[in-house]
Amino acid sequence: MAKARLSQEGVVFALAVALFVVFAATLNNFLTAGNLIALVRSVSILGILGLGMGLVVIGRGIDLAMVATMVVSLSWVLSMAQAGMPFDTALVYGALLALVIGLGSGILIAYADIPAIFTTLAMGLVMYGSGRAFLFQIDVQNSPAGVDWFDFLGRGAFLGLPMPIVAFAVLAALVALVLMRTRFGRFVYAAGDNALAARITGLPLRPLIVAQYVISALIAFLAGVVMAAAVSGMSTRVYNSTMIYDVLLVVVLGGISLSGGRGSVRNVLVGTLLVGVLLNGMTILDITYTTQNLIKSLILLLAITVDSFINPRDEQTSQQSQGDI
Amino acid sequence: MKFRTILAAGLMALGLAGAAHADDGLDNPSRNPFYDGLKGKRVVFIPLAMGFDLTEGWAAIMRKQAADLGYTLEIRDPNWSTDAGTRALTALIAEKPDLIIAHNPDVQSYARLLKRAMDAGIKVVQLNLESVVPTDAYVGADWSRVGYIESDALVKQCGTGSGKSGKIAIIRGQPTAASDLYELYAYKQTFAKDPAIKIVSEQAAQYDPAKARAIMETVLQQHPDLCGVVGNWDNQDVGAGAAIQAAGKANDVYVVTSGGGNQIGCDNIQKGLLDLIISYDVPLQGNAINQQIVQTLLSPAKAGESKTSYYTPLTLLTKDNIGPRTCWSLDQLK
Repeated sequence: MAKARLSQEGVVFALAVALFVVFAATLNNFLTAGNLIALVRSVSILGILGLGMGLVVIGRGIDLAMVATMVVSLSWVLSMAQAGMPFDTALVYGALLALVIGLGSGILIAYADIPAIFTTLAMGLVMYGSGRAFLFQIDVQNSPAGVDWFDFLGRGAFLGLPMPIVAFAVLAALVALVLMRTRFGRFVYAAGDNALAARITGLPLRPLIVAQYVISALIAFLAGVVMAAAVSGMSTRVYNSTMIYDVLLVVVLGGISLSGGRGSVRNVLVGTLLVGVLLNGMTILDITYTTQNLIKSLILLLAITVDSFINPRDEQTSQQSQGDI
Repeated sequence: MKFRTILAAGLMALGLAGAAHADDGLDNPSRNPFYDGLKGKRVVFIPLAMGFDLTEGWAAIMRKQAADLGYTLEIRDPNWSTDAGTRALTALIAEKPDLIIAHNPDVQSYARLLKRAMDAGIKVVQLNLESVVPTDAYVGADWSRVGYIESDALVKQCGTGSGKSGKIAIIRGQPTAASDLYELYAYKQTFAKDPAIKIVSEQAAQYDPAKARAIMETVLQQHPDLCGVVGNWDNQDVGAGAAIQAAGKANDVYVVTSGGGNQIGCDNIQKGLLDLIISYDVPLQGNAINQQIVQTLLSPAKAGESKTSYYTPLTLLTKDNIGPRTCWSLDQLK
């Protein structure tokens, strides 16, 4: 009789369900439609970022520049809109900027062979610095008034669900489609699993890597659009927060292995759900800020430990040219 | 005879000279020490970060006076990073400017360094956020008083005899900053006096409106009959206001906060996102800090020898008393 294969996703999902049940039983008003919607809404932007990060991590990379990309491109868009540019035009410029950032990271990683973790960390710093120096002066940009679709994205609802949640669902479906149903998606898995083997079998490995970072940068831009609509502005201070680690938390917790080649959008959803339940429950329980951070980081540490037990570094993974992140 | 004429002429000449002197006015003997004492001095400002209403406002006013009086004002921007701030301070202790103006991210981080700076002979003025170490001067809000005013206003809205639930949510900013700690103490003191008041939530949003919004959404789900919110900073608490408005409770929940009195704050009161802002009035604070800079630079006292505080005046902003000229915008100050 074979032992039931313990997958990390299963563990996390069970944990999320267990937490959910405990909170539902002990906290009043936890299990109301309103609270559950608020719960998902509060992590929808994190989830959107997690989709981009998930894709890159499956391809055995990491993108630490996502939050910087989101903050800089959207702050620039909003400051141009305030200066009188039509909002749609400004958005196009913002998307182009995100594209350039993604291309920059991707080219450095794929063609200059610089480890992803350093490239994207530096890219984030460079972008944030030049943004503050050249693109916008004030650290909180307000959204322009009177753009109907934008207001609807921030405050409207579709079938009773707030639009940020809808945006998260639509993007999740799209990324899932790309990963499961397209040739590009299969290539990402192949390259993440074993880059050298993928290259020998004739995959265009370098362009593939560039494409991943372009996609994650564009997803970061879209996350920024949703965020700016939801809180009617963009605060550049988000860059200094722990948000990028929360994104990683969602991805790793969901069970996408840092050694690449494994995982799917479902993992991102599970991870996002767990973080959402956790944050919501801790806020209801009125746990202090410091303790919340401690709990979050302990869980991340636990998830990474479980990851390396379930997906041990073996002969095959240690021989890869890209090295571990 | 001849002698007398000469004497008379001499006296007349003297008198004329005196009269002539009276017509030319007087050279004020105290001017020169004032200007000479300031010329070429070096002042360095370490804010939490540039790029937001408070620090940009202070800096605009400080720059003007520095240009006027011929001392230099440099700004070392740590951009919300306490690490970068401590590095900047450490470097400054070696550089020995005449005066450091410190805006403390929390009560501890810079404390020892500020003391070291004073020991090295550099004068230190703290601006609006104190550390536990008193320096040559502190200019800024009296956070305890801000806290008492805020919590008194909430007790009036939600306490005994108001007929409301008495449920209060506290939104903290950075739990280690002076503003946060002193305000929180005042809140707790005031709320403890009224048995009708119940604190149902006490969460930190770290100056992030998105976080304040998420917290408030959750709290409202738990306590639909919430009566009041008191927060640490208007730029952050506007997120809580947005959550309250989205839940359709803008008229039921009273939101009290404090801020620099920037136009955006006034706009948020007009939009109904915030109900009361205790404003510490950045333009006024800018003038007070300017006066303190001059006084500290001219003072013969050595660094750390005399320690003073000046708590800047507070204004209460509500929908009923704000007009088009109540709040300030950065362009006015520049």
